[in-house]
Amino acid sequence: MTPTLSLKDIRKSFGGVTAIQNFSLDLYPGEIVALVGDNGAGKSTLIKIVSGVHRPTSGDIALDGTSVSFSDASAARSHGIEVVYQDLALADEQPVYMNMFLGRELTRKPFGLLDNTRMRTETQSLVDQLDVRIPSATSTIRDLSGGQRQGIAIARATHWASKLILLDEPTAALGVAETAKVEELVASLKERNLAILIISHSLDQVFRLSDRICVLRRGEQVGVRKTAETDKNEIIAMITGVHDQ
Amino acid sequence: MTKAINTIRSLDLQRSVIYFGFLGIFLFFAITLHDDGFLTSRNLTNIVLQTAPATIMAIGLVFALSAGEIDLSFGSVVAVAALSAAIAMQNGPIIYGVMAGLGAGIVIGAFNGVLVAYLRLPSFLVTLATMGLFAGIARTMTDLRSIPVLNDTFTGIFGSGKLFGVPSLVIWTIVAVAIGHIIYRNTRFGAHVLAVGDNARAAQVSGIKVPHVRLMVLTLCGATAGLAGLLYAGRLQAAKYTLGESDLMTVIAAVIVGGTALNGGKGSIIGALLGSLMMGMLNNGLILMGLQVSDQMIVRGLIILLAVAISLRETRR
Repeated sequence: MTPTLSLKDIRKSFGGVTAIQNFSLDLYPGEIVALVGDNGAGKSTLIKIVSGVHRPTSGDIALDGTSVSFSDASAARSHGIEVVYQDLALADEQPVYMNMFLGRELTRKPFGLLDNTRMRTETQSLVDQLDVRIPSATSTIRDLSGGQRQGIAIARATHWASKLILLDEPTAALGVAETAKVEELVASLKERNLAILIISHSLDQVFRLSDRICVLRRGEQVGVRKTAETDKNEIIAMITGVHDQ
Repeated sequence: MTKAINTIRSLDLQRSVIYFGFLGIFLFFAITLHDDGFLTSRNLTNIVLQTAPATIMAIGLVFALSAGEIDLSFGSVVAVAALSAAIAMQNGPIIYGVMAGLGAGIVIGAFNGVLVAYLRLPSFLVTLATMGLFAGIARTMTDLRSIPVLNDTFTGIFGSGKLFGVPSLVIWTIVAVAIGHIIYRNTRFGAHVLAVGDNARAAQVSGIKVPHVRLMVLTLCGATAGLAGLLYAGRLQAAKYTLGESDLMTVIAAVIVGGTALNGGKGSIIGALLGSLMMGMLNNGLILMGLQVSDQMIVRGLIILLAVAISLRETRR
């Protein structure tokens, strides 16, 4: 099977500082891979490289076997890659449906005016499918809970991503019940045959959600393990670099 | 039913403060000034005619505030635009005047916009500076002299003329409000303006060209000020450096009272229209009440303070 995303020997340096090097990873459709590591290990840099914000200093990125190079985030988006940020990136005063279509609003012929009706109905059916419970597609984001908001952010990514979703600590700002709901949502995305790369600080969450775990330490890839074949002690040892307890 | 509710929402009826304020002030003057001619159609039409330039500038300002920017320079732009138009028409046809007036507004607006959007200078400081800059330029343009506008076609279209019995200034107001409302509520540009003012980072990661939006809203402010300058020149049949001088507070108050948030992401064109009419009624009513200019200023200042405080409470929730 061709991997959805294939990273080979990715290296990124900012001036003299190397943020990440020797990174290689294949992601397959319907697979959730967790990216773990201490602060400053290079997780966010990697997400930014895949989402087109940074360009790698060297190395190859391939989507469905075809080598790609993104000039900016829009280019990555047009290739079917979506990012869910930990700080949500939603416009609080706007209705849910406008956020769902932010920057990609639907218009109607002949005057090119906004097609609010279609954006509302598409939003409603999407949140219903994903079981994100909100009062209505016309609700203002500000009136929603943190879990509902993250639900909207993930639903938006799902709507636009045809290949890959990057989740950057999606539950960092959420409570226990809301976290459970968002995890359920993330797990349900596997059925859509999307590849998912998730950054998380919670090892419990990583073990609940992921198929494989990729560990970074100080900008280097320490290893990749199948979640079913490893345990927390091994992963913690890899993260910290302390092998002999 | 849902459709009806959505229609009502799209008209911004939920921003109730301006509607109650507008009605309250109207009723107050209608009752207390009944014998002084407040309610005569002539007086009411006058209010609309007098507020036309302010209403049109308010439309530009709604866009700027909604995108998280502000324009303080539009009062000076009015004078520069009106003088440019009057000078251009001294030796040329009407089209020169229109192009000079609107062009001056657009160029100054774009100048503000480039400084704000691409050099990332705060719009408050940029337009505070250009307010002074262009007020000075307006004074030097004609050495403080006023320039008469004698072109009858021009004064008809932009001032005292009528179409099917409707004064041209009323038509300008209606057309500008309608176009402004549609762009604001029903186009991608309007949606992007709101998104940028609401959360610029979210807008940017969603692929919206944030600097372009900032440039456009400030250019639009300049353009509406340019049009307002033409309307002043047309109505007064002359241009002078003092035109637009006292509009800054009125327009900002009209927009804020009309439900537009000072910090972006939220606003209303219809609300700004009602806010502007409300300011006009206040002016008119206080004069009819026989208040002295100093008393008018005090009363108007207090009422604006009250109205703005109430509106801000509501927009902040």
